[in-house]
Amino acid sequence: MLKQILILITLLLFASPSWAIEINDQQLSEKIQPLTQKKLKQVSKAIDELSQYQHSRIQPILEALLNNNLYYLRSDKEVIITEKIDDKYFAINAISSSDIGEVSKSSIKKIKTNNKIRKNLRTILAKLSLSDSNVDSRLIAAKNLRKNPSAEATSLLEEAVISEKDEEVKRVMVEALNIIKALDSNLEESKRVEAIYKLNDSLSTDARNALTTLSSKTADGDFTHPEAVALAAEKVSKSIAGNVNLYSYVETAFFGLSMGSVLLLAAIGLAITFGVMGVINMAHGEMIMIGAYTTYVMQLIMPNLITMSIWVAIPAAFLVAGMVGILMERLVIRHLYGRPLETLLATFGISLILQQLVRTIFSPLNKEVITPEFMAGSLQINEALSLTYNRLYIIVFALIVFFAVLYIMKKTTLGLQVRAVTQNREMAKAMGINTDRIDMITFGLGSGLAGIAGVALSQLSNVGPNLGQAYIVDSFMVVVFGGVGNLWGTFIAAFVLGELNKFIEPVYGAVLAKVLILIFIILFIQKRPRGLFPQKGRDAEG
Amino acid sequence: MIKNNIVNVFKIGALSAAILSASAVQAADTIKVGVLHSLSGTMAISETTLKDTVLMLIDEQNKKGGVLGKKLEAVVVDPASDWPLFAEKARGLIQNDKVSAIFGCWTSVSRKSVLPVIEELKTPMFYPVQYEGEESSKYVYYTGAAPNQQAIPAVDYLMDEIGAKRWVLAGTDYVYPRTTNKILKAYLESKGVAPEDIMVNYTPFGHSDWQSIVSDIKKFGSAGKKTAVVSTINGDANVPFYKELGNQGISSEDIPVVAFSVGEEELSGLDTKPLVGHLAAWNYFQSVEADENSEFISAWKKFTKNDKRVTNDPMEATYIGFNMWVKAVEKAGTAEAEAVSDAIIGVSVPNLTGGLSAMMPNHHITKPVLIGEIQGNGQFEVVSETNGLVAGDAWSDFLPDSKDLIADWRAPLSCGNYNVKTAKCSGQNF
Repeated sequence: MLKQILILITLLLFASPSWAIEINDQQLSEKIQPLTQKKLKQVSKAIDELSQYQHSRIQPILEALLNNNLYYLRSDKEVIITEKIDDKYFAINAISSSDIGEVSKSSIKKIKTNNKIRKNLRTILAKLSLSDSNVDSRLIAAKNLRKNPSAEATSLLEEAVISEKDEEVKRVMVEALNIIKALDSNLEESKRVEAIYKLNDSLSTDARNALTTLSSKTADGDFTHPEAVALAAEKVSKSIAGNVNLYSYVETAFFGLSMGSVLLLAAIGLAITFGVMGVINMAHGEMIMIGAYTTYVMQLIMPNLITMSIWVAIPAAFLVAGMVGILMERLVIRHLYGRPLETLLATFGISLILQQLVRTIFSPLNKEVITPEFMAGSLQINEALSLTYNRLYIIVFALIVFFAVLYIMKKTTLGLQVRAVTQNREMAKAMGINTDRIDMITFGLGSGLAGIAGVALSQLSNVGPNLGQAYIVDSFMVVVFGGVGNLWGTFIAAFVLGELNKFIEPVYGAVLAKVLILIFIILFIQKRPRGLFPQKGRDAEG
Repeated sequence: MIKNNIVNVFKIGALSAAILSASAVQAADTIKVGVLHSLSGTMAISETTLKDTVLMLIDEQNKKGGVLGKKLEAVVVDPASDWPLFAEKARGLIQNDKVSAIFGCWTSVSRKSVLPVIEELKTPMFYPVQYEGEESSKYVYYTGAAPNQQAIPAVDYLMDEIGAKRWVLAGTDYVYPRTTNKILKAYLESKGVAPEDIMVNYTPFGHSDWQSIVSDIKKFGSAGKKTAVVSTINGDANVPFYKELGNQGISSEDIPVVAFSVGEEELSGLDTKPLVGHLAAWNYFQSVEADENSEFISAWKKFTKNDKRVTNDPMEATYIGFNMWVKAVEKAGTAEAEAVSDAIIGVSVPNLTGGLSAMMPNHHITKPVLIGEIQGNGQFEVVSETNGLVAGDAWSDFLPDSKDLIADWRAPLSCGNYNVKTAKCSGQNF
């Protein structure tokens, strides 16, 4: 009990930093008046000054400023904190918190901030919230101090570390302390070097930033910091770089997987219509687009259930795109079987019609598809490696879709009939299979799968009339490279191309990476015209 | 029956006019204005809005009694985002429809495609989009921003206010980003930025997989110096780019991105949460408080019958260009091209940010430069504004090839690329 009280007292002592001067309401109101100036530089100066003083209202005022809630009355420049409820503004006086009631939008003016001011605000507030009872706000505070190391925070941090229970927060605090010490030119060199060596295991950008600064050289090749410090920083920096490099390979491999999964999703429908049925469907991209627009419409229908809408959109997109596919097959494609050139031209025409149709119905502007909460952000494995959630989910989703399709094609009656029809149409007919119906269903399935791909892609790229065009070439590339008519070929081709692309990209840039991949495929097709895994046997088309 | 009567009246009118004088047939009751913006294809997303803007302006002008007592008549064509088609449609507008002026084009490549046609047929065109500069044609009026009216002030802001020391110049792979980045690189180096502190990156059109590039930017940004990204990434490739920045945990406070192609219209189609705090440099924002602006916004919402429609910078440029043309026609007393081209230099009209913009002798205009931060509601908040107006510079002062060139279309110089060192006009038309 006594110990706790002692900790509390120390905390309170340090919450009121020693350099802060206590001021009264009257003085504070003078100090915050400069915030109402138009020039941001002056606002910034006013904030710096404000942080030197101590008053119970300073923290709420700065927080309001950070959250864009700090305004002033145009009439007498009284600084107020507002709350916006249903387009109405309710205000309280920033210092006395006395209620002012509703104010009209035109009578108040927001105190503007910019990136630099907000960054500064976060650092000031971080110092104030290091002892917050909430773990998350302590973590944010510690990270902020690590990002903006200042010697002033040393004593605060040292105190906070002692009482900190949470491992992660503690680790960040220690790291922040070490960074501050390493950078502090008033400290003895030996202590700085010691702090630098303690950073050896950290992978954070902030630590690397600090070390690079410490080991930087002037134009003449001299160190800008004392030699012992600079050499230590250089050494630690190198060892960290080694670790970081390793993780960056893992990261690139993940990027490749992610791109592969997108390619797989986009191509899998085509693997069925083109690969299995042999129809060159140039409107395949537009089926993807229809799927993406279905997601958008689902979100319009359920504006309050964004997560739900994504799940509903998957079957809906399958049905809508599938229906459009079946319609296309019935009206156009079935009259053109066996005439690839005409099919190509006709489906290309359809793709243009579908694009313009979407422009007419939804406007040529891109549509906003909201990313559900669970797909935002990233999975932090460590400071150097984080995998973004949306990509992770899409990799998993692509795998599920692929294996579902594989199951349908290999294990169900429909799959059996589809394979029979593609291998020998006449014989299948003789066996009593309704080939006309199978064609229709297969095309619908391929289109529906493209629709599902559209749901996933709506989370990654823009939902607009041109969405499909971006993926049509890639889809054909994957199917041709993998071997026409072979689902596993498509699977492997998608991931090989994804990885290749992502490992070439950092070296040669995104534009050249695309070119190189294309050249690679052209050369590959020269050598093996039927792709990675050609269909074997006498039924395979020459 | 009534319709027949009307037709007859017209026939009689036309006939009598023809009898009265042959030239009177040419100068009919209207002045025709060509609108050359893509209504289908990739660029429809941006250009349809400008077509509507011109139609609205013509509508308003006609309500005020037209120009020189004649009504204006819009001739709208659709070049369908197909660059060679722009040239064909421009020729059609001038030769078949006999338009007096054209408002059109968005991409630089479409403008370059139209240039030979309007040079040959001598018809003025108003080009309302920010572009890379390095051009001055006798018949083109550039009412959008030249690099010194957008890119350079934006870099200055990042350098002076944000303290950026390391630069990523990211762009889509075509002429505007390449030229702009060339100018910016020269400018940054002239300001003492070391070449290793500049990273240039190009991506294909509509790029959507930004994982590796954002990861590279992150690495580039962890070298102990404040890093900023100058983005000339085209239109909608920006969205996945900002999303990826957000997902990889890079906030606008860590690495701010200033974009030259992201405006209110582009933001209206997306979830702005990951973009908040990033910057854009323009000469106009919808959020600017000025009487002309609020009038324009309400007129636009009324005209489109949509309360959610936003306004943007190229619309303001169209507004300025249109009013300049009207004023020049009234000053010249005719819509004839040569007379208008003499009259328009020096004409100044109100812009939408509460000032006046004037047409300079190099066919560029003066305008203020604003830097805005993206807000959660898809609007911008101005965080910096140049002191006074900036005159557009056709030839960049930072490129060795063009720093001695000036454009001045007034007599006696009348040249788009006059070399002040050799005192010669290269003679090329544009």
